[in-house]
Amino acid sequence: MRKTLFDKVWEKHVVVSETETHPATIFIDLHLIHEVTSPQAFTLLEDRGLRVRRPDLTLATIDHSTPTLLNKDGSRPYISDEARTQVETLLRNTKKFDIETHGWDSKYRGIVHVMGPELGATHPGATIVCGDSHTSTHGAFGAIAFGIGTTQVGHVLANQCILMRKPKTMAVNVNGKLNQGVTPKDVILHIISLIGIGGGTGYAIEYRGNVFEDMSMDGRMTVCNMSIEAGARCGMIAPDEVTFEFLRGRKYTPRNYEDSCAEWLSLSTDEGAFFDKEVNIKAASIKPMVTYGTHPGMGIPIDSIVPKSNNLAEQASLNYMQITEGDKMLGIKVDKVFIGSCTNSRMDDLRAAASIFKKKKIAPHVKALVVPGSAQVKAIAEKEGLDKIFKDAGADWREPGCSMCLGMNGDIGLPGELIVSTSNRNFMGRQGPGVRTILASPETAASTAIAGVIEDPRNLKKNK
Amino acid sequence: MTIEPFKLVSSRTLVLPSANIDTDQIMPAKFLSMTTRNGLGEHVFSNLRYTNSGTLTDHELNSESGKACKILVAGDNFGCGSSREHAPWGLTDYGFRVVISSSIADIFKSNSLKNGLLPVTINKEVHQWLIEHSGVYVTVNLESCLLELPSGMGSHSFVIDSFSRYCLLEGLDEMGYLLEQNNQISEYENR
Repeated sequence: MRKTLFDKVWEKHVVVSETETHPATIFIDLHLIHEVTSPQAFTLLEDRGLRVRRPDLTLATIDHSTPTLLNKDGSRPYISDEARTQVETLLRNTKKFDIETHGWDSKYRGIVHVMGPELGATHPGATIVCGDSHTSTHGAFGAIAFGIGTTQVGHVLANQCILMRKPKTMAVNVNGKLNQGVTPKDVILHIISLIGIGGGTGYAIEYRGNVFEDMSMDGRMTVCNMSIEAGARCGMIAPDEVTFEFLRGRKYTPRNYEDSCAEWLSLSTDEGAFFDKEVNIKAASIKPMVTYGTHPGMGIPIDSIVPKSNNLAEQASLNYMQITEGDKMLGIKVDKVFIGSCTNSRMDDLRAAASIFKKKKIAPHVKALVVPGSAQVKAIAEKEGLDKIFKDAGADWREPGCSMCLGMNGDIGLPGELIVSTSNRNFMGRQGPGVRTILASPETAASTAIAGVIEDPRNLKKNK
Repeated sequence: MTIEPFKLVSSRTLVLPSANIDTDQIMPAKFLSMTTRNGLGEHVFSNLRYTNSGTLTDHELNSESGKACKILVAGDNFGCGSSREHAPWGLTDYGFRVVISSSIADIFKSNSLKNGLLPVTINKEVHQWLIEHSGVYVTVNLESCLLELPSGMGSHSFVIDSFSRYCLLEGLDEMGYLLEQNNQISEYENR
């Protein structure tokens, strides 16, 4: 039978097969944990006297509750005692159960979905879970990777397996030549605007076509990262030479690397394999995108006008955003710009933003925050002098972490502020109570910071 | 470990008609810093229930009659977004045992089933009727998989994964089932 990439990886990990009455038991190759969604799982383990079955397949970091601005004396200003306790609890739990942890002193610490791939711990053909919905990021390597809740974090800690029924599969085919100035973020915002915020519910997506083949790994991670914003727990791209080149020589790259690559190549979807649903998109139809509402499916080309609302929910969304149908998106005044998050905080993203910030100043009324995804990204960016470009332009250059994507660490906007953000969610209040969020690419975010209003990066480049 | 078995719940409904209520709305990130799971009911839907200065709003969720509702009816695509299990923890701590919508997001659904909160997906017509008739008395019967509406509106079957249904009816958690598979897991590891 012809099989999809998802089928092949799934089948390799079945410990107990699915039946009408029982879900499949699926073995997990890599369990990533962080401070927010793990403490109650460790408590569950301790209450039942259980051990961590495979500490060797578990990897921890701290990213959500961590301050991104250190005090002058190097101490860490946590937003609250609870935040400090949460971080300390993670460090204590992972020490107790002998789990490799990239805490404050590790040169690898970072957002869990930036760190895993950087360490080479994310392998093609693997099953990867984390108590975090953006675990879909790792699907960029051809892994089945998805977010789980804390109860399941406990299941995986104790058994290295989860119970799950096989989802349906959806192919999202994007072929042709992308327009100039269209980035991976624009591609995924376009896809979500087409299939809708719930359009992927029940499915695992495979992104297929030359557009994804031509993307860097950083770009592929941006795409897969936002699969969950269309409702799909998991989004994947077949591994190829780009994947193998990225993983070569990293800390956890397999030793017999060439053999591994050959095996990974065979994971690609067989020609003619069946998908439960297929979506075909012409690359030329995609433009730089921004969101205008309060969920990631409400995205439009940056140079278009706000469409008429279709229902009460969309109207409520426009009211919250203080945006009116018929408004142009270009030219809307912004208060803050955030460049970072597990979606867009890697080297491709920072280089793209820096190329726009170079020798320019951000608008006086705008506060811009650039937060690298990991200590590794921070070190490379500083070696390339990008930090200097950001600071010279007037932006803040911070310590790595999730930061203003969800604002758990206190990096938030003020009520009513409009933030153009390279993150993944524009939900009401996501970046602080009453804060209005517009999602965009690093290029658009940087152009907007300089113009002080929503600006098309293609215009800024033209005016050079 | 056992949890309270779920057989049948009868209650008035509380309706939140908006589509796409995400888990950030259900439990904002500022309440995720705790290391236990208790007391989250106080914070559930906090943006609807509290003003910016922290005083209570007059939202139905703050009323005595609202607090007595065990069944939440919500707009389409309920629970989308973040995987935070704090969302179902907050909903159950508030007192909800059932969430009814025309579609419910995957991770939220999975998390709910592990916490004695029954996610019920029903067709658009019945859903729309429930949205328009806030506060009606309905019964959700997990043994028969029937949603029983007030007289004249009939009973409507709903589909739920058979294993999850079994665990809920018996009050079992999945950890025990997985632990029993220790030998199969070891065999897999040694392949």
